[in-house]
Amino acid sequence: MVDYIKSYLESTTTPGQAGNMFWAAVYILLIFLGLSVAVIAMNWLERKILAHMQVRLGPMRVGPHGLLQPIADAIKLLIKEDIMPSQADGFVFWVAPIVVVITAFTVFIVVPFGPTHAVTDMNIGVLFMLGVSSLSVLGIVMAGWASNSHYPLMGALRSSAQMVSYEIAMGLAVVSAVLMTSLNATGTGTLSMIGIVQSQQAQQVWFAFKFFPLGLIAFFVFAVAMVAETNRAPFDLPEAESELTAGFHTEYSGFRWSLFFLAEYSAMIAVSSIAVTLWLGGWLRPFPHLLGGSTWDLVFSLLPGITFLLLGLMAFVGVFRMPKHPYFRVQTIGLAGFGMVLGLIGLLLFLPEVRNRIQDIFWFSAKVAFFMYLYIWYRGTFPRYRFDQLMKVGWKALLPVGIGVLVLTAVAGVLL
Amino acid sequence: MTDPTFHLELQEHEKTFLDSNELIINMGPQHPATHGVLRVILKLDGEKVLGTECVIGYLHRGVEKIAEHRTYTMFNPYVDRMDYVAAVSNGLGYCESVEKLLNVEAPPRAKYMRVILAELNRLASHMLWLGTHALDIGAITPLFYTFRDREEILKIFEKYCGARLTTHAFRIGGCLYETYEGFEREVKKFLDFVTPKIGEYEELLTTNRIWVERTKGVGTISAKDCIALGVTGPVLRASGVKWDIRKAQPYATYADFDFEIPIGQRGDTYDRYIVRMEEMRQSLRIIAQAIDRIPEGPIMAKVPKVIKPPVGEIYHSIEAPKGELGYFIVSDGSTQPYRIRVRPPSFVNLQALDLMVRDQLVADVIAVIGTLDIVLGEVDR
Repeated sequence: MVDYIKSYLESTTTPGQAGNMFWAAVYILLIFLGLSVAVIAMNWLERKILAHMQVRLGPMRVGPHGLLQPIADAIKLLIKEDIMPSQADGFVFWVAPIVVVITAFTVFIVVPFGPTHAVTDMNIGVLFMLGVSSLSVLGIVMAGWASNSHYPLMGALRSSAQMVSYEIAMGLAVVSAVLMTSLNATGTGTLSMIGIVQSQQAQQVWFAFKFFPLGLIAFFVFAVAMVAETNRAPFDLPEAESELTAGFHTEYSGFRWSLFFLAEYSAMIAVSSIAVTLWLGGWLRPFPHLLGGSTWDLVFSLLPGITFLLLGLMAFVGVFRMPKHPYFRVQTIGLAGFGMVLGLIGLLLFLPEVRNRIQDIFWFSAKVAFFMYLYIWYRGTFPRYRFDQLMKVGWKALLPVGIGVLVLTAVAGVLL
Repeated sequence: MTDPTFHLELQEHEKTFLDSNELIINMGPQHPATHGVLRVILKLDGEKVLGTECVIGYLHRGVEKIAEHRTYTMFNPYVDRMDYVAAVSNGLGYCESVEKLLNVEAPPRAKYMRVILAELNRLASHMLWLGTHALDIGAITPLFYTFRDREEILKIFEKYCGARLTTHAFRIGGCLYETYEGFEREVKKFLDFVTPKIGEYEELLTTNRIWVERTKGVGTISAKDCIALGVTGPVLRASGVKWDIRKAQPYATYADFDFEIPIGQRGDTYDRYIVRMEEMRQSLRIIAQAIDRIPEGPIMAKVPKVIKPPVGEIYHSIEAPKGELGYFIVSDGSTQPYRIRVRPPSFVNLQALDLMVRDQLVADVIAVIGTLDIVLGEVDR
């Protein structure tokens, strides 16, 4: 058994490619768990960060600084009455959130958290991801239709129109990134997610900075389209609260609604992962040229541990700033425990064995977290587009720019 | 079905499954963006609005009827419940109307206090409008900024008369309470505090591309239509008509102050936004002047304990934050008014909704309801 595990740890391919079903299953479980935790954390962070942008505190009551709020919310949603409108199409109503959640989670099969840290590596990885993630629009239309109500129907129609139109701009941007891979030393292009990162490594440049400013423009097109694709502010028309109450999930409540919520956030993480993989060097650490050499390698490999230690330290600062009243004793102990766990993880990450394996995942997650922060920032800053303006941006601005970048990238690739 | 109000219903032959006909949607009375309990029936072709119809009355409390069974003094607090966002202005209008009927005049100090409080209330009302209007268009952050600053105004109200929202700040013949210790200092401090804050709101919105696209050319209404419909206030001024009762028929002590009336040209949502933002700055100017010049003296005129106006009728209007707020009072010489009719700016301005949103999109209906700045308490009374 130990040998079996060890044999995998030394392997250089993903479990899917190696045909190792056990490890593939473990990876799937880990990703499922990690994603659920990430969605919970994202829920808390979004509320906290948005609150601080808006001069308020956000959740403060459940646990220290509201740390347990998402868990309380999850429990509340689970025990809520499950309402199905009497006029709804029962089966479709039931199956719609499941479709959305399955598509949102399935894309993570090909997300490369590291050169070997993916469930599998497909030679059509990017295509698979775009294809599966665009299936979620099916679930949304089903939800809107099955609700048999005006507002959800309009939300679903908006959603499908929006996702279909932005997928084109998104696809064009992706194609220019894929074109860039074919210009590496060996001259062979690839659609595999791992291959794309490896070719960025081989070419010693993140594609966002390749053929400056072409890569950056393509990245920008993708970054805008991905916000629209996930129906987030300022493109959150399908669930525009002030217009359509809650859009396609107006009639959903309790657990079914929480599935939509889960799917929305994991879709955000999924498209951010595509962006990170295609343009920001996936799991590669930043500044390989500027701060190169083995010393800097060591420093950068220590950063994950340092980050966790700092988080733990912040928790301990919180412990000392907690009011001394006995009412807060449980919270104080809990926060201290949380800080200790974070600190222990930080210390664990300093071990050379762990450190070298984990830093890919750390850099990948850090880059994805940056996008998550951007999502929250957009939400706090921008008003909402109107539907026709949204279409205008998609078809008249992003699409021509995407085509232009694609052509210019091809030309640049031949000439340079 | 025979109810004449519902003439937007589909015809019988239009009702088919999977048809491509117009969609009739009920927006409200429970809807996050209708600012209370307004119900708008929308007739839609896809996203395009073919027609609207407002159904009001969900907040009807019969304020005008109540007045007929209350003495003039007893009715005073009721007017605060109409436009509860700008309760001070309502009280000011009512007190001045009754004073005019009684032929008494409030002492100068009381008038200055009234101007200061009413202008503070105008600021509070515009702040609430800005926050909710921006929220309707999807910018959630300005709401919290404006509420943070509105809180300071409410604190001043609370310190002055004990209430934050329905203040009942004025009495017929002047004010009941003298300003509290440090009132002037606190108002001055507030002015210094809030002046940069208005720039902060503008920074978030005025040049924001999405905001400009969402508001420019949306809900346009011409000056002619405004006048025909009786629309007043910032909505009228944004269409280019320089009509402000504070200047046109100065009441209280507005004639003493130096301030501008901001006007717009196009009469769209963006102009109304700009006009209101500028009005907030002008209010600050008025408050600053009033606080410098406020005279000493009595705050209550000599009014009889039992108010018994002579037989007659009076119409008096003031510039409330939302437009012309008028009171038409008929007195039969008894202690109770024979009839009070309120001319509420929100109700009259709401009538422009259909004209403004026709052939625009659903999202614009929300923007226009926000920009009209209606308070349902005042629409329904």
